Amino acid sequence: MSLVFSQLVNGLQLGSIYALVALGYSMVYGIILLLNFAHGDIIMVGAYTVYYSMTMFGFHPIVSVLLAIVISTLLGVTIEKVAYTPLRSAPRLSLLITAIGISFLLENGAQLLFGADTKSMNVLISGSVQIGSTNLSLAAIVTIAVSVVAMIILTILVQKTKLGKAMRAVSEDMGSAQLMGISLNRTISFTFAVGSALAGIGSVLYLCAYPQASPTMGSMLGLKAFVAAVLGGIGSIPGAMIGGFAIGLLEALASAVGLSTWKDAVVFSILIVVLIVKPTGILGRKITEKV
Amino acid sequence: MGNENTILSVQDINVFYGPIHAIKGISFDVQNGEIVTLIGANGAGKTTTLHTISGLLRPRTGTVVYDGVNLSKIPAHKIVERGLAQVPEGRRIFLQMSVMENLEMGAYVRKSNENLDADYEEVFHYFPRLKERRKQIAGTLSGGEQQMLAMGRALMSKPKLMMLDEPSMGLAPILVEEIFSIIDRLHKGGATILLVEQNAQMALSIADRAYVLETGTITMSGDAKSLMNDDRVKSAYLGG
Ligand SMILES: Nc1ncnc2c1ncn2[C@@H]1O[C@H](COP(=O)(O)OP(=O)(O)OP(=O)(O)O)[C@@H](O)[C@H]1O
Ligand SMILES: [Mg+2]
Repeated sequence: MSLVFSQLVNGLQLGSIYALVALGYSMVYGIILLLNFAHGDIIMVGAYTVYYSMTMFGFHPIVSVLLAIVISTLLGVTIEKVAYTPLRSAPRLSLLITAIGISFLLENGAQLLFGADTKSMNVLISGSVQIGSTNLSLAAIVTIAVSVVAMIILTILVQKTKLGKAMRAVSEDMGSAQLMGISLNRTISFTFAVGSALAGIGSVLYLCAYPQASPTMGSMLGLKAFVAAVLGGIGSIPGAMIGGFAIGLLEALASAVGLSTWKDAVVFSILIVVLIVKPTGILGRKITEKV
Repeated sequence: MGNENTILSVQDINVFYGPIHAIKGISFDVQNGEIVTLIGANGAGKTTTLHTISGLLRPRTGTVVYDGVNLSKIPAHKIVERGLAQVPEGRRIFLQMSVMENLEMGAYVRKSNENLDADYEEVFHYFPRLKERRKQIAGTLSGGEQQMLAMGRALMSKPKLMMLDEPSMGLAPILVEEIFSIIDRLHKGGATILLVEQNAQMALSIADRAYVLETGTITMSGDAKSLMNDDRVKSAYLGG
């Protein structure tokens, strides 16, 4: 019983990280129909930020964490401004290829700057909590709590604030949104900022689980979050949350039944199944052609 | 043209889609307080003209002067701020948002919430059906209600000039009557309107002046009543 429970918590811990990262994919896709493959690499930059600010500059962990979130946000917005804005009216394929290019640029840039080796650091959160007969890691509990809070804040932001509503309007109909006086540049930047901030939080939570940084760490995490976004229905915010948790739980389940070496394969099989059975995902909206 | 009372003056604009020359040097104007209609068949260039005024498209040559300002360098979302609203063809309301949220989007350009509630009430006064459905998701409204929402949304920006692109499109005759009577009431309440229509009969019946657009060129213009009696207009647009 307690084994099941602790695997469940593991799954939720991993799943909440996937969900935070998946949100960035989904929001960006929702607004400019771009699969932003550079998104995963933002996590890597966030992780290096924490590593260097703690080991090299000796900053307090809280300061390092905030710094990681700020730098991730700025990076996401800069990528959008420099690489994607000029392509706003270009074919979508050009945009996609650019995103893949940016991803390579970030990974190779990190290798050049920080070296190809894996940087290990001290664990950010240690200790455990006893619940009944089960020992749960504090890191897992903090991770789940932080991401749930982040998702609640995001939901309020998107549903209730003026900018959030503008974001939904742009993602539904860009031309019509402009006719309301909504600035596309501002709204799209805002979307990238929010998505990248969530990735920044995700990178810190990832470090709580695996305290190390490497140039390519973002690609596998990014890909799995992408699968989560597709499973939930790309473009859908609640979909990304559900998809993230589902993928995390599934991986934990795979490990629990002894398939831990196969867990990545399990995740990608999900992608294939979703694409065949229900390409719009669990909560995905129909892609309506805009007039 | 160009006097104090001119709210919009379009001067010799040429608009292209790649190699396609969609608008071929047209000029027209709208005076404060008028309803001016631009009538023309499918593909005549009516929507292109409106998009060029609202900044979604740019003319290759020629100018659009609105409220004394040349709009050529002003981005579309800033043009709305100046009081020029467009109710787009096919309504283009935000289908996944509620009726109220759509109206809020209409009010997006407003700097303060002053009089906001009074203005919602004014919209509900023109469109009482929207009031009953304010919490409903806009995608579940009927076609006529969606048109009303699109117009109400535009009104929320407190426009000095409202441009309507085929408000009668796809509506049953009785709803067309209803929409046009609301446009007429808005006009009597002081609104200035540029109305684009294929339904020449209805448009001419409420307009002050009219322009006839044919494949990117204005072929006739004048007083709406006299155009209604013009033989060429009758045979081409009024079914004999
Ligand atoms: N995006 C586009 N790309 C290329 N050509 C276009 C585009 N949009 C419109 N056109 C062409 O420009 C011309 C004018 O089109 P426009 O939509 O302005 O006509 P309209 O008068 O609004 O017609 P309708 O009554 O059918 O709405 C047409 O020949 C049309 O095919
Ligand atoms: Mg049209």
